[in-house]
Amino acid sequence: MNTITGVVCPFCGCLCDDLEVTVEKGKIISAKNGCAYSLTKYLNYQKERLSEPLIRKGEEQVPIGLDEAVEQAAQILVDAAYPVLYGWSSTSCEAQHLGVELAEEVGGAIDNTSTVCHGPTVEAFQEIGHPSCTLGQVKNRADLIVYWGSNPLQSHLRHMARYTMGAEGKWRKSRDDRTLVVVDVRKTYTARVADYFIQVDPNGDFELMSALRMGLRHEEIEQDAVAGVPVEYIEEVAEVLRGCEFGALFYGLGLTMSSGKNRNLDAAISLVTDLNKWTKFVMMPMRGHFNVSGANTVFLWQTGYPFAVDFSHGYPSYNPGVTSVIDILSRDESDAAIVVSSDPAANFPKKAVESLLRNPLIVIDPHRTATAEKADVVIPSAFVGIECEGTAYRMDSVPLKLKKVVEPPSSCLSDEEILRRILEEVRRLKEWN
Amino acid sequence: MRAILITGRSLGQGLGLELGKFSDTYYRSSTTCEMNPEDMSKLEVESGQLIRITTEYGSVIVRAIKAPEEVPSGIVFIPYGPWINLIIRAETHGTGMPSFKGVDVEVEAAKASDVLRAEELVGHH
Repeated sequence: MNTITGVVCPFCGCLCDDLEVTVEKGKIISAKNGCAYSLTKYLNYQKERLSEPLIRKGEEQVPIGLDEAVEQAAQILVDAAYPVLYGWSSTSCEAQHLGVELAEEVGGAIDNTSTVCHGPTVEAFQEIGHPSCTLGQVKNRADLIVYWGSNPLQSHLRHMARYTMGAEGKWRKSRDDRTLVVVDVRKTYTARVADYFIQVDPNGDFELMSALRMGLRHEEIEQDAVAGVPVEYIEEVAEVLRGCEFGALFYGLGLTMSSGKNRNLDAAISLVTDLNKWTKFVMMPMRGHFNVSGANTVFLWQTGYPFAVDFSHGYPSYNPGVTSVIDILSRDESDAAIVVSSDPAANFPKKAVESLLRNPLIVIDPHRTATAEKADVVIPSAFVGIECEGTAYRMDSVPLKLKKVVEPPSSCLSDEEILRRILEEVRRLKEWN
Repeated sequence: MRAILITGRSLGQGLGLELGKFSDTYYRSSTTCEMNPEDMSKLEVESGQLIRITTEYGSVIVRAIKAPEEVPSGIVFIPYGPWINLIIRAETHGTGMPSFKGVDVEVEAAKASDVLRAEELVGHH
């Protein structure tokens, strides 16, 4: 029996790095310190596992050798005029790096899952910039926490305990040292433990932020309520925000997926900028997939753009709404796709899914998914952070090393190795052509 | 009944992801519509009964339950997943991001025999 300490959890953007995983005879038998998601992941990652490469023959997927699967995948990509390369947020930065190289080689459009989570956030960050910090600074210094359109007690289960309300920091020792403000359309579990809960109307976030900014400046709001919130309460919360010593705004998809999208984030950045006239205030998106932050980071330093990068002209171009995967699929522009560690057939609107499935499809994934079930080539992969190492970025853009705790099945290589082989094969085919 | 649909993460749906996309946990959690009790009374549905959610892009059958996290009357909450994505519009308004929250829907009691299983849903595309 062997217990590995300091294991980084590959579930959400918190990347909790204090897990203790015990392995006996090559199998994980316990995982301590993690949340319910983490424990479930470590004890069930072998369920619904893809065990061998598959290729489609008519209605069926049949087993095939790995070399042949790699050749078929490369051939599909070389034959395509405009392939889409999608996923990338549940794999390592090393694999993401190769994904960008592959996109350039085949002249495709590469997009990561932030396109359907915090894409509007990174759009706004690129346009304006934002004040931020590390989670450690929040833990040690923040006396006011805001969760806006985010419900960490369902989505990021240890976020409040490790970094905000329950964290014992250097200068903020306990719950009593911090104030919690929650803004949501529902009275969520997180809202129930808030000191101030603002129940905003659906799609009303932009108006509410504008009203809060007026409240901060003591300007008169000539209405009784804004976005369903009484003006007196908006003014009261504005005073609380202004009066803190160090405030941190954490926000979720409540801002990015509702009306306004990136403009909601423009308003949030303006709100935080205003607050910095009176106090110290930072903001941070609650990232979902464990390495979606890494996907944005790697895409950004390799191409200049954080997602929705199009290489069809031979150089990287970026225009969300045009080069983003949902839009490419909705316009039926792509003619092949490779999906790495993601399940767009489950996560995209129907129209985009139908377009994705109309063309040759390659899937690299450890698990059976709706997308893998419909693929033409399926290559099973090792689980990064459990069966192979890699780098991932936490939601505050701090890179951490994911550990290998058990051996992968003999038929499963890492995403990095599979992509390296596909890239080599693509280059060989292009040279031969 | 007209309502506003919010999709999002729930604990059950998140655990279901880890237990497998074809697991009962994922199926049960992702096909559950959390509703305000007053709205359920208006529709004359009890917890566990089937309802149909419709947008101009299609309709889907899910199971109504009384929301464990309070939702106001006129709002319904369904976890992310392939079921509700059947009726989400693909338009991104120039951002790359479809509107998965704040969507106008029609909700009614349904007479279907059951919610589609994941395997059936895959075949649906």
